[in-house]
Amino acid sequence: MSATLNKNVGEKSPVGKELSSYRMHLMLCAGTDCVSGGSYQIKDALERELAKHELTDEVAVVMTGCYGFCPHGPIMVVQPDGIFYQHLSEKDIPHLVEEHMLKGRPVEKLMYTPPAEKFAVPKISEIGFFKKQRLLALRNRGLIDPEVIEEYIARDGYKALAKVLTEMKPEEVVQVMVASGLRGRGGGGFPTGIKWKNCREAPGELKYVVCNADEGDPGAYMDRTIIEGDPHSMLEGMAIAAYAIGSSKGYIYIRHEYPLALERLKKAIADAREYGLLGKNIFDRGFDFDVIIHQGAGAFVCGESTALMASMEGRPGEPRAKYIHTVEHGLWDRPTNLNNVETYANVPLIILRGVKWFTSIGTGDVTDNPWGGSKGTKVFSLVGKVQNTGLVEVPMGISLREIIFDIGGGIPNGKKFKAVQTGGPSGGVIPEDLLDLPVDFDQLTKVGSMMGSGGMIVMDEDDCMVDIARYFIDFLVGESCGKCVPCREGLTQISRMLNDICSGQAQKGVLKLLERTCNTVASCSLCALGGSAPNPVLSTLRYFRDEYDAHVKHKKCPAGLCKDLITYYIDAKKCNGCMLCARECPQNAIEGEKKKPHKINTDLCIKCGICRDVCNQDAVFVR
Amino acid sequence: MPKLKIEDLDKIVDQQKKTTSLRDGAGRVKITVHMGTCGISAGARKIMAEVMRCVEESGASDIIVTTSGCAGLCSREPMMTVEVIEQAPVKYVDLDKKKVKEIFDEHVMKGSIVEDYALARGGEQTL
Repeated sequence: MSATLNKNVGEKSPVGKELSSYRMHLMLCAGTDCVSGGSYQIKDALERELAKHELTDEVAVVMTGCYGFCPHGPIMVVQPDGIFYQHLSEKDIPHLVEEHMLKGRPVEKLMYTPPAEKFAVPKISEIGFFKKQRLLALRNRGLIDPEVIEEYIARDGYKALAKVLTEMKPEEVVQVMVASGLRGRGGGGFPTGIKWKNCREAPGELKYVVCNADEGDPGAYMDRTIIEGDPHSMLEGMAIAAYAIGSSKGYIYIRHEYPLALERLKKAIADAREYGLLGKNIFDRGFDFDVIIHQGAGAFVCGESTALMASMEGRPGEPRAKYIHTVEHGLWDRPTNLNNVETYANVPLIILRGVKWFTSIGTGDVTDNPWGGSKGTKVFSLVGKVQNTGLVEVPMGISLREIIFDIGGGIPNGKKFKAVQTGGPSGGVIPEDLLDLPVDFDQLTKVGSMMGSGGMIVMDEDDCMVDIARYFIDFLVGESCGKCVPCREGLTQISRMLNDICSGQAQKGVLKLLERTCNTVASCSLCALGGSAPNPVLSTLRYFRDEYDAHVKHKKCPAGLCKDLITYYIDAKKCNGCMLCARECPQNAIEGEKKKPHKINTDLCIKCGICRDVCNQDAVFVR
Repeated sequence: MPKLKIEDLDKIVDQQKKTTSLRDGAGRVKITVHMGTCGISAGARKIMAEVMRCVEESGASDIIVTTSGCAGLCSREPMMTVEVIEQAPVKYVDLDKKKVKEIFDEHVMKGSIVEDYALARGGEQTL
């Protein structure tokens, strides 16, 4: 809380007077909860009352961000006393101003009474995992019942739709989106506003709005969580997009593997229809919009825009060349606007709170160039070798170190951090010395990785970088649609080379060939799947060349992971002869008498590692 | 449900406060079980069943039980949030049936937080 307060003190107030020259600051919460509880009415009342008592020059009213104490809102903190008022309403203000601001007597009945006993339980704002997060797309996470539309409405839901339908022309909505600098959260990072603008300007009577909920990256699940936890935020975003581009029909392409999300989405659509928030003549403003759910069959490539549309048309999910734009010739050859779930979930907020607010979060400057920065927040699925796995939403520009160590709590079991893989299977691997990199679309691309959908896989010293590259390439070989040669054949060759390297059969010079093949696949593939597929190989080659060299030249795996290059052995000095490993070995490959050092018969050993796991003396090693 | 007009949105906001917000409603305690895919696979359904059983057993009528989605910290599921009126909500993690019963008896019924199972109190910073 103090951080929020400090930030505001010293800033210019609306009248241009330095805040430090006021004797008292009224820090009024302007978070969603408090605003829907009437913060702005309270602000007006405060200013009215302060003026009445001629206190305007002495007492400043400052609107702050959320205190994270939402159930007690509207909240106001009076500084410098640090008095915390809760559950305020307009009618409390005349009394409050007269008593506290004028006569200096805090009003006890409006104060927050901290529970009497001392707590060992920390505040959520004191916990690293929550402290550095900023929830925009996930604003309702854990707070509303996703199956009750009224709970969404109670947190300003569908107000943005009401606002665009009553106060804004479609062109104005597009302008706001362009100015906001919001970029596609599905991975491409294309400015959403520009896409809407192009689609709006594309000729054609019938246009479509499509939501890409085909979240295929292993380890990424933010879209699923948004649909499961707050489906209406996405629906509202789609409706606003439809109004902006001049469409009345939407499709949601969702993975077959998301049964719970599907169930909740169906319920959300049915409820929205009942309330007339989808359907004909929404809010009696002459705007029609409805959506249809289309279930995908679980092909990774169908997350690619043109493959997704092909799949919806009933054709095989194969992409096409990019020079034909989907905003002009998309689904059934009609102008189509395709955005990702998280992108749509951001839209209502931008409409309600404005460009200035949104662009205050994030990096760069998007005033003249929507590519000039990355605004807002991004949700990451933080997984792998990290203490706190989960979904984290952070402002753009936060460093990888903050995400992994402050939010993620660092690496478990006292191991050393080695690398982090961002952007899903076709993202790159980023080493330790780049941990202070500010995370945004352009910075990640610059170091050979990408934002992607926001997968973030943390790896420790036990992970072999060659093996990681091999794993992702093998995944992509399976998911390549096979339409273009570079991706189909190139990836197969890359996979073959990597498998050779991991099994110690690679010839000298393989790394050069590997690099060349990767560059060919990256530059000649038809779609982004092939275009980005070599990223895991190229980035590991760039940052962990020594590991590749060890595999190729010395036939060794430094991380001790590639089975063909390692042998297990027991350190005779450490072994106390407890016989545990000998009993557990599935191959009966361990020999030795009781209380005497044991030995592994390498001819029988299958390198399963069970002996190392069960040993109490840490006497089993790999070389 | 009738078709909504714009002014109906504010009416729903007010109605919701009565049913879900403790300060304007009849509830004294609100229990939220986090039921995302992660929560459910970690056993949130059992947790929910136990909460319902505890409520029924206690005969209390001032407890609101509700569900919500993933609370973000998937590695500590199942999770539940207990909010007693006039107090900050408390998030409990790594739950099982036994812990739920204890939390219900101690926190929900008697108002004292079960520190051993609690992760944190307060709400997250949104917007």
